[in-house]
Amino acid sequence: MVDFETKKHIIECLDKGVRYDGRKNADFRILEIKTGFIETAEGSAHVKCGNTEVIAGVKMSVEKPFPDTPDEGILMVGAELLPMSNPKYEGGPPDATSIELARVIDKGIRESKTLDNKRLCITAGEKVWTINVDICPLNDDGNLMDVGSMAAIAAILDARFPAYENDKVDYKKKTTEAIPVSKIPIAITVIKIGNNFIVDPTELEESALDARLTLISMDNGELCALQKGGEGPLTLEQIDKMLDLGMKKAEEIRKLIKKK
Amino acid sequence: MIQKVIIMVYNKRLDGRGFDELRSIEAKAGVIKKADGSGYFRMGKTVAYAAVYGPREMFPKFKQDPKKGVLRCNYNMMPFSGAGERVRPGPSRRSKEISFVTDKALSPVVDLNDFPNAVVDVYIELPQTDAGSRCCGINAAAIALADAGIPMRDIPAALAVGFIDGNVLVDLNYEEENLSHFIEGSEDVPDIPIAFIPSTDEITLLQMDGMINKENFMKALQKAKAVAVKISEAQRNALKEKYSKDVASNDNHEE
Repeated sequence: MVDFETKKHIIECLDKGVRYDGRKNADFRILEIKTGFIETAEGSAHVKCGNTEVIAGVKMSVEKPFPDTPDEGILMVGAELLPMSNPKYEGGPPDATSIELARVIDKGIRESKTLDNKRLCITAGEKVWTINVDICPLNDDGNLMDVGSMAAIAAILDARFPAYENDKVDYKKKTTEAIPVSKIPIAITVIKIGNNFIVDPTELEESALDARLTLISMDNGELCALQKGGEGPLTLEQIDKMLDLGMKKAEEIRKLIKKK
Repeated sequence: MIQKVIIMVYNKRLDGRGFDELRSIEAKAGVIKKADGSGYFRMGKTVAYAAVYGPREMFPKFKQDPKKGVLRCNYNMMPFSGAGERVRPGPSRRSKEISFVTDKALSPVVDLNDFPNAVVDVYIELPQTDAGSRCCGINAAAIALADAGIPMRDIPAALAVGFIDGNVLVDLNYEEENLSHFIEGSEDVPDIPIAFIPSTDEITLLQMDGMINKENFMKALQKAKAVAVKISEAQRNALKEKYSKDVASNDNHEE
């Protein structure tokens, strides 16, 4: 957590519409997305958002399906807060922050129903494709939730099935077949500091937040997942404002991604 | 009946390189903004990032050394970096051993006498591997330590060499490390990762697995020493490039 004086100063600046890096409250940092650069992965993406940098990779394997969904493929999202990316992270087993990060990103992809799970089935009850998405931050300067989510979906879009012959996956041979994806869910986190709402927070802004709301929305403007975080409570009016801001931002980001 | 005997001689490398030719290499300094120092090293399709944090207070406290600072290396493969199935995240027996030998490869050049009770953490992450990952990691880590301004005698350079059919192979890739899987009837190539201190020609990392006699082993070491110079140059150039940029941007600010 940031100290009292710094927080007060951040709020005073935000009240005047000024952020430390010169952005407006509703501005994202400059986004750069690169895909398909990791040959050992079936799909990969590198997303840079200001100084925040994240790599996501997709690995696919053939597994036994869950008993309650015998004809559906499996999606697994993992995230590790690598100690490389920020001095505040330590090695060792994943803590609550990294589990929340992975679960929110997982939820966004799962609930958007963008994956056609039935088409990932090879033999019902016996063999289905498992899609493992792993998110590795290289440099954490805030907003890992949105950036990680973008990297995950970009890596899934980039992925191509490996060859599958005689009950064996041949990772050396990639096919041209892409993962069946129909929509692009976009995660936007709106944070509340004092009476201000901002998007794409830096690490410093994140450390001063009262509350945050991550909303994941679809092409048609519907929401598919939400997660509130932070110590502070939110009123209905505040949530209304945050949703408006987040959904407007999601549309802009979606257009940007579609261009690429 | 006449039996055909085919004698395989590995006289041309699978990827067309010369026997003492490295894969294409790329080195960068200052790639991770949050870190006190960082490096990037690529050897062919093996890629390593390294970040240095410290000197900072050592936790857990019982690991503190009241006489000098401690170097602590951590090697990790990202889950999608292996040629086959997903690599489970978290430390494995293999990654712990590599962290340990990396530590020993870098410690001899690092002087932490001025930092009692402190630790210098080196985090090495590999997004993609194609053999030689520990050497690539050491090369990136050496750049990162120098970039962090840690007092050092020199910048170690590491590479793996092998030997087959009378030839020393420099900088093995995955296919050569597992030659019998790719060429029928071929023997496996002994794999020898080595790290050198360029100014003294001392060796700080030496491992070997495979079959080789002493004479050929010494030949392999000589060849490795000669080629390590190229890695060393790349590391130095990366640091020079970063610092000339830093100086240029400082000058601009002053104006």
